[in-house]
Parts: sequence; C-alpha cells; structure tokens
Amino acid sequence: MQIEKFSYDNKIVKYFAIATVVWGTIGMLVGIIIALLMFYPNLLGGLHDGWNSFGRLRPLHTNAVIFAFVGNMIFAGVYYSMQRLLKARMFNDTLSWVHFWGWQLIIVSAVLTLPLGITTSKEYAELEWPIDIAIAIVWVVFGINMIGTILKRRERHMYVAIWFYIASFVTVAVLHIVNSFEMPVGFLKSYSWYAGVQDALVQWWYGHNAVAFFLTTPYLGLMYYFLPKAANRPVYSYKLSIIHFWALIFIYIWAGPHHLLYTALPDWAQSLGTVFSVMLIAPSWGGMLNGLLTLRGAWDRVREEPVLKFMVVAVTAYGMSTFEGPMLSLKNFNAVAHYTDYIIGHVHIGGLGWNGFLTFGILYWMIPKMWNTKLHSLKLANMHFWIGSLGIVFYALPLYASFFVQSLMWKQFTPDGILAYPNFLETVTQIVPMYMLRAFGGILYWAGVLIMLYNLYKTAVAGKFVANEEAEAPALEKKVITGGYWHRALERKPVLFTVLSLVAILIGGIIEMVPTFLIKSNVPTIASVQPYSPLELQGRDIYIREGCNACHSQMVRPFRWETERYGEYSKAGEFVYDHPFLWGSKRTGPDLHRLGGKYPDSWHYYHMYDPTSTSQGSLMPRYPWLYEQYYDQEGIPDKISAMRTLGVPYEEGYEDLVIEDVQKQAEQITAQLKTENIETDPNLDIIALIAYLQRLGTDINVQETASAQ
Amino acid sequence: MFKHYFEQIQNIEIWPVISLILFFVFFIFTIVWILFLDKKYIEKMKGLPFDDEAGETNTNLKN
Repeated sequence: MQIEKFSYDNKIVKYFAIATVVWGTIGMLVGIIIALLMFYPNLLGGLHDGWNSFGRLRPLHTNAVIFAFVGNMIFAGVYYSMQRLLKARMFNDTLSWVHFWGWQLIIVSAVLTLPLGITTSKEYAELEWPIDIAIAIVWVVFGINMIGTILKRRERHMYVAIWFYIASFVTVAVLHIVNSFEMPVGFLKSYSWYAGVQDALVQWWYGHNAVAFFLTTPYLGLMYYFLPKAANRPVYSYKLSIIHFWALIFIYIWAGPHHLLYTALPDWAQSLGTVFSVMLIAPSWGGMLNGLLTLRGAWDRVREEPVLKFMVVAVTAYGMSTFEGPMLSLKNFNAVAHYTDYIIGHVHIGGLGWNGFLTFGILYWMIPKMWNTKLHSLKLANMHFWIGSLGIVFYALPLYASFFVQSLMWKQFTPDGILAYPNFLETVTQIVPMYMLRAFGGILYWAGVLIMLYNLYKTAVAGKFVANEEAEAPALEKKVITGGYWHRALERKPVLFTVLSLVAILIGGIIEMVPTFLIKSNVPTIASVQPYSPLELQGRDIYIREGCNACHSQMVRPFRWETERYGEYSKAGEFVYDHPFLWGSKRTGPDLHRLGGKYPDSWHYYHMYDPTSTSQGSLMPRYPWLYEQYYDQEGIPDKISAMRTLGVPYEEGYEDLVIEDVQKQAEQITAQLKTENIETDPNLDIIALIAYLQRLGTDINVQETASAQ
Repeated sequence: MFKHYFEQIQNIEIWPVISLILFFVFFIFTIVWILFLDKKYIEKMKGLPFDDEAGETNTNLKN
C-alpha cells in the first residue's frame, strides 16, 4: 500500500480560534451591558439616536454569542478534528479562507446593522435579506469544503463526530433558507413571506432548531472528538452514539412548537411539539451519559486537568438544560414559565455552561497543541474554571428566583377575585435585585474569559506555531466493498449519508408545517380584521426597528390571570396580515396585544418620551429620538405594494392614495394631542408609532359592536 | 403560490398515522442494526481519534 505524505492546515484553525475568542469577548460584553440596562435603563443615556437602547443591543448580543462566538468555534473545531479524523488536508485552502473571511464579514455587517435598527424582528434571524443571502453563500462554501474533504479522505470510515457535522450543515442550510423567505422593500428592509400563526410556526421551527443544530449537534460532534482526546481514552459506547445521533436529528426537528404553547397556534401542533420535546430527553441524556462515562476510570485526572474540568461541567450543563427543556415543554409548567426569566436562565445554562465551557476546554487543549508547547499557566486556567462556574451560578439562580416571584405575582388573585397586582410594574420592581445579581454573574463569567485570553496569549507567545502539521497515511483503496451491515456501507457513502440526514430532518418540518398552511380551519378568519392603515404599518416598522418585541409580547393566552390583566385572549385570525408576526417571547414589560384604545394618545406621547413620567419606577428605556426623526412618507406606497404581493388585500391602485391617508390619520392624531395641549409635528416617528399602538388588538371590538347592533 | 396548491390535498387525517408508522419503523430499524453491529468494527471506530498520534501526550499537566 502506498504511503502518502500530506499536512494538516493549522493556520485556518488558528484564525477561527482567534475569532472565537475575540467575538466571544465582545459578544459577552454586550451581554453585560444589556444586563445592566435592565435595571439601569439610562446607563448609556445622553446619546439620542437610539443605537444603544436595549431593544437594538439585545439581538446584537444573541447574534454575537451564537453565530460569532459559537459559530467560529464550530468551524475551528470542525477544521481541526475533521482533517485528523479523515487523514486529509481540507479539500481546498482557498475555500477555507473564503469561508473564514466571509463569515467575519457577515458578523461585521451584523454589528453595523443591528444597532441601527435594521432587523427583521425574527429571533436569531434578525439580519436583513442581503446578509441572509451572504450567509447562505458562505454556508454552502463551508459545506463544499467539508464534503470535498470527506470525498478525498484516507480513512474509509466516518467517525461519529463527522455525522454530527454533516447533519448540522444540512439542517442549518434548510432552516436558514425556509425561515428567510422574505419580500425585500428596498435595500435593507423586508417583510416575512409568512404571516401571523404560520410565521410564528416557521420562526420557532427555525428558532428551536438553531439551538438544536447550531448550539447542540455541532458541539456534540466536537465533544465526541475532543473529550476522548483530552481524556486519552475512547468514547464509552459507540453503539449509544449511533442511536443517539439518529434519534436526536430525527426528533429535534419536531420540537419547535413548544415555544408557542397556549398561543393561537393550532392545538394539535402544540401537542406535537410537547410530545417530541419530552421524547428528546432520551437522546439528549444518551449523549450526556456517553460523554460523562467516557471519563470512567479517569476521574482522578479531572481533579488536576482544567481541560477535563471544563468539559465535565459543560456536559453536565448540557444534561441539565436538556432536562429543563422537556420540563418547560409540558403545558402545565410552560403556562407559568413562559414569558418569564426562567427561559433566560435556561438558555444561559446551555450557553454559558455547555457551549462556553466546552469551548474553553477545547481551546485550552488545542492551542498548546498547535503551538507545540504546554499551557502557560494551569493555575490561571483553574482560576478561570472556578470564576466561570461561579459566574454561571450567579447568573442562573437569581433568574430562577425571579421566575418564581414574578409568575406567582402575575397569577395572584385577591379573595374578591380581582388581580392582587393589577399593575404589571409592581411585579417588575420586585425582581430588580435579581437582575442586579444576574449582571454580577455575567461580569464574573466575563472576567474568566479575560483570564483565558491572557493565558492563551502567553501560551502562544511561548510556543512556536505549526502552520502545516506533517502527516502521512496510506491512500484509500478504490475497491468497492460489498456486504457489511448497512450502516457501515452508509458511512462509506458520505453523499448518501447527507441525503438521508436531510430526509430525516425534513419529515418533521413538513408534517408540522404543511397542514398549518393548507387547512383553512387551522387559522379561522375573523371578518372584522382589516389590514393596517399605511401610517399604522409605518408605526409597526418603527416598533420592529426599536426591537419592542424583545420585552413585550403580543399574545394574550387563554388564562383568567391574563384575560383579567390584558383583555380578551388572542385569536389566530387576528394576525393574518402580520408580516412578520410580533408575538414576542419574553415579558419584561406587559403584553401589548390589547393595548389599542386603553390609554389616550397623550399617554403614549409622554410615556415614550420618558416612561417614568406616566409609570413611576418603570425600567423601560426612553425613546427621545422618536420626537426628532421623521418617518419616510415616500417609502410607504412601496410597502403597501409589497404587502399586497404577500396577500394582504389592499385595493389595486391604493398606492396613489397612501400619502393622503397617512397625512389624514397623522393630523387626526396631532389634533387629538392638541386638545390635551401637546403641539407636535404630524410627520414625526412618534405619531406613526402611536397610530400603530392604538390599533393593536382593536379589530375584534369592531366585530362585537357590529353584532351588538 | 404553493399555499393554494396544498389546499387541494385530500385525506390530511392520514398524516399522523404515516408519521407514527415512520417513527416506529425507523427506531426498530436503528435498534436492530445496532444489535448486529460487529465488535471489531466498533473497536476500530472508537479508536479513530487516536490514529493520528504516535506516543504524544494528551495533557497539559507537566509530568
């Protein structure tokens, strides 16, 4: 057999690793800033154009830590492990670099657009359409590079880590493309192709699987390579890894609707989400146990080796958050936990514990290896471990406490049957101390990252980087092997394997979505629900720009404690013209679906300028720039045309009357404000926003009035 | 639009039944195939991550 000489490309791994650390540090810093904004909303006050408000920085934080920190680590880990597992250099160096720089360019464009309020509002898919296209292209480049490497491999069998990489690649591609169907209106603005309930279903099918196939499966792949390497012993059970892999990718894709329990989503879809979420505990814990049991007989080394410490906590945190996940998907628990801080605590157990700690463990292992040296300081790594662990505890526990306090207060009735805390704000001021502790936890965690930064830098300086690591292996024989059990055959055919993974993940998505799209009875229409007026539509875009949906839901669930507080529960038919849907996922402030007509225009006028003027002690940020900026009237007719293309029944030729209608409605509002001694310009952003807020959830009142007559 | 195309689909009730069968068959297959996996193959797969090294140490600990 001929022995071939080749080299592993370490340089690309080095660049992705540096990007991981740099973006991670920045993304977590933004996290600390928004954690501080939650109890000190005017922390960054004095800047009046809004780029630094909570609603705009929150997606910057989530995108930075998910796609920049975790994303770059996935690529660093995949490029490192794949070359070695397949005994081949990456398929094409140019593709590797196009992938690297393309991905960083996408991150930079997110950093530029999100604080400017350029967002689609869909969580973890906030980036606008030109960036969406760039993501798709760079992702395909990554895929070609990966499959190409598999095809030129020198090892016949694909190790389980590589199955995870392939499944993640395929699924993220499908999720991204389906969720990003949108109608462009100008260069950096678009409307979701789907509306209301359907948009919500697609979004959370995406959102949940972003967690599954970006934060989980690629990291499981990394775990299956780096944990055995660091522990210097093979994975506990390879059979378990096979079952756990197929079960995970087959089941995960169905679980999305658990984000929409008790909403206007059809009941059968909710139940489906619950059932599959509960089932998920089996494959998830299969993975966790496989990881932990790999360390059997090596626990003495865990005491001494910080790499293993980080990995053990990471895998344990994975087990914990995948236990919380199914529990939170039970309808009775979800009823109280949804919209509260529990969810934020839950995702950070996963994010800080699983993703963060596994990343740190891998970096502490990989960097000395590539620089051909030992880690600069074990002591500092241990310090990082303890300060980071403490950070997680200080982060998550206060949020669990906050959940108990606030959700009980939301539900509390007096013996007379009225809400004990009718003012939402009362329930918020109670949890401010918890928010402070949480920010403290975040700062601890971040301090640990800075220690790591220093430690890794010193390690690199002390060592000598090996850009191309020499290796040799026999060439793969071309003979066709017949027989063998069919999974072994499957493994030898990467393209077929990819197709089968694709089929496995498509089944769930199709079965959930198709009926929601095609059976009319799933979204009963309400005759009195009308499209938004052009000014309201403009106001809705301002609501999206400012990220109001980060803290306010628009979905009153059918519970007494909600209908008493907010009004009639929300119905699917009310959202048929909502491109995109704005149901939100967290109530830092109250639900807004029945806000229309609740307060006079003047209340909103004062409240948006300074929330404390109408609500003493409010934690909502001020929006003074809405009183200085003018909305773009000329652009509204194009928005109307785009909406008509998406199926909103504006009459043909309505575009010509739009500006007239906008002015008429804006002047009505200013005239109304004038009666309360407020002189203002009808072309200001705030007027459009008031028009939208006053419209919210009022259409069904029209129906009630009509039927009463 | 595909929305209208799908509206024509008849007998949508059969979908849950199909999915149940799919799942059942899928997991039975997986388990059967795992049961019959060859031990030598499993050992080889387990060892794959360690193929690339010749006596190198896997630890940061200073021995």
